[in-house]
Amino acid sequence: MLKARHKRFILIGIGLALIGLAAMLILNAFQSNMVFFYTPSQVAKGEVPHNTGFRIGGLVEMGSIKRGDDGLTVHFVITDTAHTVPVEYKGVLPDLFKEGKGVVAQGSVGADGLFVASEVLAKHDENYMPPEAAAALKSAQEQSKTLVMPK
Amino acid sequence: MHMNWFKYSSPQTFYPLAGKMIPWFFWAASLLCAVGLYVSFAIAPTDFQQGEAYRIIFVHVPAAWMSMFIYLVMAGWAAMGLALNARLSAMMAQALAPTGAMFTLLALVTGSLWGKPMWGTWWVWDARLTSELILLFLYLGFIALQSSIDDPRRADRAGALLALVGVVNVPIIYFSVKWWNTLHQGSTINMGVAPKMAATMLIGMLLMALAFWMYSVAVALMRVRCIMLERERSSDWVKALSAKGGK
Repeated sequence: MLKARHKRFILIGIGLALIGLAAMLILNAFQSNMVFFYTPSQVAKGEVPHNTGFRIGGLVEMGSIKRGDDGLTVHFVITDTAHTVPVEYKGVLPDLFKEGKGVVAQGSVGADGLFVASEVLAKHDENYMPPEAAAALKSAQEQSKTLVMPK
Repeated sequence: MHMNWFKYSSPQTFYPLAGKMIPWFFWAASLLCAVGLYVSFAIAPTDFQQGEAYRIIFVHVPAAWMSMFIYLVMAGWAAMGLALNARLSAMMAQALAPTGAMFTLLALVTGSLWGKPMWGTWWVWDARLTSELILLFLYLGFIALQSSIDDPRRADRAGALLALVGVVNVPIIYFSVKWWNTLHQGSTINMGVAPKMAATMLIGMLLMALAFWMYSVAVALMRVRCIMLERERSSDWVKALSAKGGK
């Protein structure tokens, strides 16, 4: 015979499991709405909403940033290393906006395939290190490249 | 050695014990905070991308950790109170809620202050930020619900149910950056992998987290002592205590 308090513990456990299951099913059903941005690959496959704005996230392609003559307009390319999307933006860019770093742009795709952004946010990565370490890491990578390259 | 822990599950015996423990936790919190702040601001190096602005993580990350951890502890006490019908457990849950809400707000505000220069925005509705905001509402809802019901035992039960239902949000916050793509970065510290940050930065962050933890314990104990006196004001032990001048 179970004691009343053990029964209550079991009921609480079952209740939590059911709530967890319900939450899992709900979140699963909303999966496509929970994403903050789409990747360039999804854009290429046409998996993005039509007739409405959306966000693209990825990396700023190396050497792709070109500033316009007015000093405000900037062109760059967002890549997920498989596909790319060209972006045009007019406005102030955040501190962390750099080539090779993460970016999230909000806007819509025009007929010419150019993504006109109304807002550009920098997406920070989870790495923190002093500048010296970053420099050492970079030179080590370059050295290992030159070690591998000659054949 | 066998100790009867249940002895301390009655407010009468726990009240003086909590009173003795509070100064220790406050001293530990102050010491850890002093060392932690020194490591964070004097020893930890600048970040290669963010410069000095990254130092907000020494408050932001420990506050965010505590906001989730306190919720789990609070829900644990609430469950104990519900299942064992134990007065003190429910009081502990009630005592933790304001501190949890405070750390949640701190995490949201510091994150927002960092987000403006780094991301370029104060706020976005991504999964991590939204679920942390829901956590704040859960804390506030718990506090509001408990204080809106006059009968303390019924207030405990209602609050406990809300706290337990809300538990589902904590893993959602924690794993949100893994399950969905968010603007918020992934976690720097993961189980079983080397942390992606310099060692002194990590030490500063851990010291601050410990300081926040000790502070939370001290404040929760202080608050639970007040709740005990208030709820048991007509009992003999509180009357005897006030007759002695509260000593």
